[in-house]
Amino acid sequence: MSIKNWFKKVNLLHMPEEGAVHDRYSVLRRNMIILMILVTLIPLLLMAVVNYHQYRTALKGEIVNPLRILVNKTKHSFELFLAERLSAVSFIASAYSFDELADENTLNRIFRVMRREFRGFVDLGLIDSKGIQLSYVGPYDLKGKDYAEQSWFHEVQVRGGYISDVFMGYRKFPHIVIAVQHRTETGRTWILRATVDTEKFDDLIESMGLDASSDAFLLNKNGVFQTPSKFYGGVLEQFPLSLPPVSYDASVLEEHDSRGQDVFVSYAYFVHPAYILVVVKPKADVLKTWYTLKSELAILFIISAGIIILAVFKLTGALVGRIRESDEKREAVFREMQHTHKLSSIGRLAAGVAHEINNPMAIVNEKAGLMKDLIEYAADFPEKAKFLSLADAILQSVQRCRSITHRLLGFARRMEVQIEVLDVNDILQETLTFLQKEALYRNLDLRLNMAEDLPRITSDRGQLQQVFLNILNNAFAAVEDGGMVGIATWEKDPDTIAVAISDDGTGMSEETQKHIFEPFFTTKGGKGTGLGLPITYGIVKKLGGEIEVHSKEGKGTTMTVYLPKRPKESAGG
Amino acid sequence: MHDWNVLLVDDEEEFVTTLAERLRLRGIAARMSTDGGEALRMMEVDPPQVVVLDVLMPGLSGLEVLKRIKADYPGVKVILLTGQGSTWDGIQGMRMGVFDYLMKPLNIDELIEKIREAVSSGVEK
Repeated sequence: MSIKNWFKKVNLLHMPEEGAVHDRYSVLRRNMIILMILVTLIPLLLMAVVNYHQYRTALKGEIVNPLRILVNKTKHSFELFLAERLSAVSFIASAYSFDELADENTLNRIFRVMRREFRGFVDLGLIDSKGIQLSYVGPYDLKGKDYAEQSWFHEVQVRGGYISDVFMGYRKFPHIVIAVQHRTETGRTWILRATVDTEKFDDLIESMGLDASSDAFLLNKNGVFQTPSKFYGGVLEQFPLSLPPVSYDASVLEEHDSRGQDVFVSYAYFVHPAYILVVVKPKADVLKTWYTLKSELAILFIISAGIIILAVFKLTGALVGRIRESDEKREAVFREMQHTHKLSSIGRLAAGVAHEINNPMAIVNEKAGLMKDLIEYAADFPEKAKFLSLADAILQSVQRCRSITHRLLGFARRMEVQIEVLDVNDILQETLTFLQKEALYRNLDLRLNMAEDLPRITSDRGQLQQVFLNILNNAFAAVEDGGMVGIATWEKDPDTIAVAISDDGTGMSEETQKHIFEPFFTTKGGKGTGLGLPITYGIVKKLGGEIEVHSKEGKGTTMTVYLPKRPKESAGG
Repeated sequence: MHDWNVLLVDDEEEFVTTLAERLRLRGIAARMSTDGGEALRMMEVDPPQVVVLDVLMPGLSGLEVLKRIKADYPGVKVILLTGQGSTWDGIQGMRMGVFDYLMKPLNIDELIEKIREAVSSGVEK
């Protein structure tokens, strides 16, 4: 599956349509967080893994290579040491005759020179072809000793030259034997045999300069220690680990040793004798730098991941907040459009209904009017007063219908906009004149707080009058006799003025406030048409303004109309 | 009795006959017509002083009839009746030179007052 298909399938940016609004945005936020964390952390993780392996390989190389070099160098030192001594013995066997070597004085002289020139020689002896030591110089009394049954004796007869493994022998300290067989032209054979102590081996290992936790030693081909080990055994004991595979060049293995430690084992096989030089270094020491680096890498990764996660949380929070805000705005606009559309549809319906009702009502009006006329003009109409009253009742009902249909039509048409520059304070004063008598009669407290320097605005006088009249009518209806109705005007901002009409009347419940701009919603029972505030709302919107309602039951209501100083582009369309 | 010559034009026969009768009861001799074309033909025979004209009529509309009257009888005053309750028709009519406009259902006294004003006005508005 391609990444594109995967994303399509997983669809992390999908926001469920179902469920509470809060849940939907939570799901979106959660999905965005997952997606962003995946997108940012996966490359970081990959980079960390790649770096980890690169560093590890590089560091290992840096650690292992010197170890290999050291082993090679030391192996060569060993080989050189043994080769020198083998050459020396070989040279003497060639340079001196059997008789000369059989003479202990001569042998002693040669031995002294050898000891002076080459360190490590312990003794020197001549052995005939039967294995009997004919002459001997050294610290022990070995003249006449029979070596015929010893393995090295047979080996030197086969090979011509021989270096033994370390052994204790008669001498009771670790040593090796270097023996060379010499064959004269006449076919006579004899063996020159020297013993070399292995102190020099220890010196060579010492010269490697290993740290305290490391170990170096020689093994023979059977895994027997030729030199003592610090951790794994003494001379001639068995090496506890399995022998590494044969390699004459220094190699490095990673092992788990008998002490439970992970170790690097660097080793090299000798060609002759069959020794193995082994250096053991604990991994923990060698890789100390690597472990430090590894911890630093891990800490760096954790910190980076932490920062990324924090940033992702903050970012998605802000992003989802913006999306939510934008959705809410869109929904508000959509609701407003729906409301406007609803008003407009109802308006068209109302216009049709009103027109269709108006014509028959006009006929009823005229017929009832004629009836009344006839009764009035008749000199002696029986029960004249009663019939006149009945006709009047019909005419009054017609008038009531007339006012309803006229308001319906007024709501429908929204009236034509006639724009002029005007003073809203003046319009409010004019509008108040319609209501002043009622205010006086009901002893209402009219509180005017109009800004003297209120900027003039470009708007429609008639429509503004209707707006203010509708709101004032509602305020007057809401207050008890003696109640307060206030009018305030001010400049809200450089583009807008505000008119607030407040009362200390009955106020409205929150439920009522939700519906007051809906057509035919009324709290006045049969007295109201439910069209006053929808018309007001429609006009204010048409003029490019806004209307706000703040109301509390039992405390009163304030309706604030915000009007633009100049008609907006969309207003009046 | 008034000697005003008034012509009522409205496609609703019930309305126009009843209105005519009510006007006659008040001493106003009002002729009537339920069709714009017929009204124009009646005017050719005897041009009235005042025409009370409905805006919405089938066939020749009130505004069409108004146009013809203004063209052929500039001295005749026209009072427009609108059933729409809208000022729009009224304003249109005013632009086209009607004397005034009234909205249905009518108040008979208001209508008589407008007729009186129309008759007594010396000049066309």
